[in-house]
Amino acid sequence: MGVENPLGDNIITTSLDALVNWSRKSSIWPMTFGLACCAIEMMATGASHNDLDRFGIIFRASPRQSDCIIIAGTVTKKMLPVIKTVYEQMPEPKWVIAMGACACSGGVFDTYSVVQGIDEALPVDVYIPGCPPRPEALLYGIMKLQDKIMKDKNSFGNSIGLGTRIESAAA
Amino acid sequence: MATTEKMILNMGPQHPSTHGVLRLVLELDGEVITKITPDIGFLHRGVEKLSEHRTYHQVLPLTDRLDYLAPMSNNLGYILAVEKLLDIEVPERAKVIRIILAELTRLKSHLVWLACHALDIGAMTVFIYAFRERETIMETYELISGARMTSNFFRAGGLSMDVPPEFEKKVRDFISSMPGYLDQYEGLLTTNPIWLKRTIGNGVISAEDAIDIGITGPALRGSGVDLDLRRDNPYSGYDEYQFQVPVGEKCDTFDRYKVRLVEMREACKIINQALDRLKPGPVLADSPQVCYPPKENVYNSIEGLIHHFKIASEGYPVPAGEVYQGVEAPKGELGFYIVSDGSSKPYRMRIRPPSFVNLQAIEKMAKGSMIADLVAVIGTLDIVLGEIDR
Repeated sequence: MGVENPLGDNIITTSLDALVNWSRKSSIWPMTFGLACCAIEMMATGASHNDLDRFGIIFRASPRQSDCIIIAGTVTKKMLPVIKTVYEQMPEPKWVIAMGACACSGGVFDTYSVVQGIDEALPVDVYIPGCPPRPEALLYGIMKLQDKIMKDKNSFGNSIGLGTRIESAAA
Repeated sequence: MATTEKMILNMGPQHPSTHGVLRLVLELDGEVITKITPDIGFLHRGVEKLSEHRTYHQVLPLTDRLDYLAPMSNNLGYILAVEKLLDIEVPERAKVIRIILAELTRLKSHLVWLACHALDIGAMTVFIYAFRERETIMETYELISGARMTSNFFRAGGLSMDVPPEFEKKVRDFISSMPGYLDQYEGLLTTNPIWLKRTIGNGVISAEDAIDIGITGPALRGSGVDLDLRRDNPYSGYDEYQFQVPVGEKCDTFDRYKVRLVEMREACKIINQALDRLKPGPVLADSPQVCYPPKENVYNSIEGLIHHFKIASEGYPVPAGEVYQGVEAPKGELGFYIVSDGSSKPYRMRIRPPSFVNLQAIEKMAKGSMIADLVAVIGTLDIVLGEIDR
């Protein structure tokens, strides 16, 4: 059953990095994790008009099945431990997108209860400004993340115990 | 004899069907819910406290982010409260545009409710359809204010600017096609046996209980209580419009669904009436103490520039006193209670969010039902956490 011998009798030669990174960037599965206003724009990006499925992006409800977390909204001090737990439950390799002013820097909410930027707790790969960012901005941010994933070196080798993984910034 | 033990189950704050960051602590007997304890505050941003350190003008963008599905309704509630304190008269054109936008916002909010409610119960097509229509409303928002969601368009005394000429046609086109879209949704849901099985008899709350808890909005009208602030305590000129207030009978999730769908059709009728009343004229009151001067004065005269700068930097003083203004937001009665000490910043601002009060009905509605039905109850309450936690 399933796909048997998909390449026929042919062989493909490519570097392992290019193949692994290409497959990873073409199927980013983010968490369904809305915090505040930005989550609605995230939903709008995933819905009919902008359609994230074109990028192979399918929202998953469980952190165990996701490799990307979009922090879409204000992170409060009460919420921060939950986000950390969810992030730790995600399998490697994993990426973080800070969507909107609140997730980037706290935004207008400079108060006693709001974490002033999710980068205080998680390693952010892409920052998307805006309050909330337009769907186009989120798409651009995701494409930047794809660029970044393509530049990854030896992440597969690292996962089977050979050498170290080298990450680089997005373009 | 076999003994059973109650199980404590944690639902949220990371759960796709809790509409944000709501946490529910459930006590279960098998699959039957015996107790629900909501744990809120995961989105507490301190809006009320923050407002005390902002001028009345600067508080407005914060209200956009309370119920982020219906920003214009929040703007309207707040700005009406401030206008009540200032005692200024709003020009007719501004009033009419406010009503058009408030009703468009109702459509926008109900579309997200329908999309998420249907998605939670398992009907994905409606989600895709509803977001298609919502995009048109967002484009209208963008046309007038430049922002898709957080529009920040109203001002004390009127609007921040006049709407562009293409606004009227865009809204008319949308409103004329909206009833057809609503028929589409009804075709997918109203006679769908799965939808009926999941909603009829689910989340029943009697009219007495609903009034005791203080539920407002479509959730209350679904229980057969005929209360709508637009008709019973009119504001912003709503008394001049003809519309029906739909009321349910069986007090269940299906009736609340029907009530909201009829409300969307009525919103279209109100917008049509308002568009017919749209006459050229000023959109900002002639009240230099409070309102910004026209842009050509700011750019071309030093007096205009000083005038603009003074309001932007210091705000405008608001007479001492206290005021409460409730509006019929898409989710229920949204109230702003403002205490002023005569300065340009609110001494205290208290928000009465409809979602916060409506959420308290969750135990009455879902106790004794299966855990899968709880998702339908959360959907039918139409809560927004930005408003609950503030």
